[in-house]
Amino acid sequence: MSTTHADPTTGIEAAPAEPKAGGKIICNACPVLCNISEGRSGACERYANFKGVLTRLDPLVLTARTLDDQGELVAFDGKPWDGNPLDNPPIDAERTPVFVTGIGATTTYPDYKPAPFIVAARHRGVDTVTVVTEGVFSYCSFKLKIDTDRYIGPEQASVRHDGEVVGHVTTAEYGSQMLSLGGVHHLTGGSKREGKVTCQVMLDLGNKKQVELDIEGGSKLVVQAGKPPVINGIVEKRMRVGCGSATIGIFAPQWKDHVDEVIVVDDHITGVLTEHQAGKYIDMQPSGIRIRGKKSTPGRYFQVANPGMGWGGTDITDPLGIIERVDEKVARPGMRVLFVSTTGEDYAYFVLGDQLQFVPAAMPAALQKVVDRIGENCEPALCTVLFLGGAGGSLRAGVTDNPIALTRSIKELLTNVTAGGAPAYVWPGGGIMMMVDVMRMPDNSFGYVPTPAIVAPIEFVMKLADYQAMGGYMHRVRRIEDVLACEKFRLMQQDVRNPWPIGEKPVVG
Amino acid sequence: MMAPQRQILAPGREHWRHGPIDLVIEAWGEAAAVAQARADAWARFEQVLGELVRELAALRAPISAMCGVDGPVARRMVAACAVHAPHFITPMAAVAGSVADEIIECFARPGVARAFVNNGGDIALHLAPGEFLKVGIVSHAYLPGIDGHLTLPAPSPVRGVATSGWRGRSFSLGIADSVTVLAATAAAADAAATMIANAVDIDHPVIRRLPACEVKDDSDLGRRLVTVAVGPLPDRLVASALDRGAAAATSLLARGLIVGAALALQQQWRSAGCANPALPLTLATRRAA
Repeated sequence: MSTTHADPTTGIEAAPAEPKAGGKIICNACPVLCNISEGRSGACERYANFKGVLTRLDPLVLTARTLDDQGELVAFDGKPWDGNPLDNPPIDAERTPVFVTGIGATTTYPDYKPAPFIVAARHRGVDTVTVVTEGVFSYCSFKLKIDTDRYIGPEQASVRHDGEVVGHVTTAEYGSQMLSLGGVHHLTGGSKREGKVTCQVMLDLGNKKQVELDIEGGSKLVVQAGKPPVINGIVEKRMRVGCGSATIGIFAPQWKDHVDEVIVVDDHITGVLTEHQAGKYIDMQPSGIRIRGKKSTPGRYFQVANPGMGWGGTDITDPLGIIERVDEKVARPGMRVLFVSTTGEDYAYFVLGDQLQFVPAAMPAALQKVVDRIGENCEPALCTVLFLGGAGGSLRAGVTDNPIALTRSIKELLTNVTAGGAPAYVWPGGGIMMMVDVMRMPDNSFGYVPTPAIVAPIEFVMKLADYQAMGGYMHRVRRIEDVLACEKFRLMQQDVRNPWPIGEKPVVG
Repeated sequence: MMAPQRQILAPGREHWRHGPIDLVIEAWGEAAAVAQARADAWARFEQVLGELVRELAALRAPISAMCGVDGPVARRMVAACAVHAPHFITPMAAVAGSVADEIIECFARPGVARAFVNNGGDIALHLAPGEFLKVGIVSHAYLPGIDGHLTLPAPSPVRGVATSGWRGRSFSLGIADSVTVLAATAAAADAAATMIANAVDIDHPVIRRLPACEVKDDSDLGRRLVTVAVGPLPDRLVASALDRGAAAATSLLARGLIVGAALALQQQWRSAGCANPALPLTLATRRAA
């Protein structure tokens, strides 16, 4: 079974290249002796001319950190990898610990053969082993958290790409909407085209590329890991500070003395300052302004409008649309009223006229400051993409001939699980169901096989003694120095947010 | 200079590489016979690239300007391509299939029940009487999935399967996503797939073409425009591009040069030769449009 990564054959020698006029080089890797211009690859597509250097494409990916004077791991102080395949830089494994990721490692599917790389290294005086492979994940999906209160579609709605159903809308969570995309039912359970399109969507999401999604009965989205979502063509900038009620709770004291009523428009709970407990606490007097919607507790209203692309995730574009009536016995001319959304992006200020009508007015600076502060307290809206994959099946046979020993070793916190060096959360219960943030993984970590199924890097790290005890393939263990000497690799800085995978316990639920 | 490389993928299945040649080989039968066949095939494989390189300049020239070649693989290439003259073609159109044919010949011996040599999608087969092989077709390499299965029994004349298209490793003058051809040899299938894929064509602004030599150095296609991108086309134009390819396929079929062909472009399909009882292939119905 082939993967989209070329497989780096063990022991391959670096192919010499002869420079030629006009920026071309002659590749000496085989008798064809291709003349390769800069930026192009030869007939085999495995060697390319990168800035005049003959370069092997798709090598193994290693990540590195450096030891400081105290022997602590710090950011790799070598030249950070800029995304271009270069010749192997010289590595002193003593001073710069490197970690072999599954990216470019290839797979040994079916997995009764030992994993492609079983690498021994010393870490803080302990002999460790990292079993490295690219897993073929038949069972896997991506979970998306989209920071927005805008209505993107009903729960359970199908999510389509290129006409095919690739997942569905799940729950609305705090300030965000959740999607589940991919999964075995779409990959292999539907039509062939559905499987292909799903595979491509999953691949692109995992590789941090932009994906267009169309929610049945809802919005059109453009999502990309680590980027703001685009909903019906509008870039979502801010994640709301809280619901309307929470916004009242946070800012009530700062509004006191500057305003007689504040209405915070929100699709979930719209808040009314003078009725709200927080308003009463600071002695706000009733305003007599009644809004639409279902009253929950005092000053908190559900369903003031329909969900939509307007203020605070509602379909409101004119805030006066949510006013039901103004109580003439309570309201007074000259009352100052602020409408604001939960992100501070939408706001309007009025002063009641003689007929108690809403007259637009210039916002006082003191009030503008608080509106701005709502915005300041919003976090940037992002799409986050988590890969969820089941590694508890045959993949384990590439680690040990007694697969349950690997599962137990993880649950007993003896073996760490990472994906491209990124920490994986291992779901409680049976199997090795791992979940990982794709933003913590190196770019282009994911591949596919034509099944279709997703290929993702996975590494199991443990003490050498524990590996022996679980029935590991001891005769296939190679020293890291040997891997550095024999393999073509790309060196990347280990993401500083990720713990060093070696010597770390797994994150087990 | 790198020597030929050999890697065991699974028991009975090997991956052989030398420069641009990339073979996956699998064989079944009596162990001793298969082992001997494999040893002979490896010995032959070690020579092939060197032989080709010696005559590379001649093999990159249009078939109309050919002045004879010596190597056994080179002769297979020329034979497979010469039948397509006076259309433009160079023997390189059949290089992958010809190498596969050369290697599969080592497996055609008593005791080897069946074998295949897959040279990057161009496949040569050996089938002893009573044997059969199943072949899967992936029409869109960029959207993986098996689009069609076909079972090739020994009485079928098919011993070669090849696929060509603009997305493939070799250039295409046409816009087909893929053209899969069944023929008596892999070389014949390879050359025919190239010609039919070239014929699947239409002019439209979403199709981007570049001179071959600006995309790849040393291309045998020189300054000829090769397809580098095809955007979404109206269904009607997809149909007429495929009709042109189907006409080319039908003509090759009538001349007995191929046994069958399946043409794919943007969710539409054409096939030729499916009525042939020797070809248990129902390409036209295997996929929802």
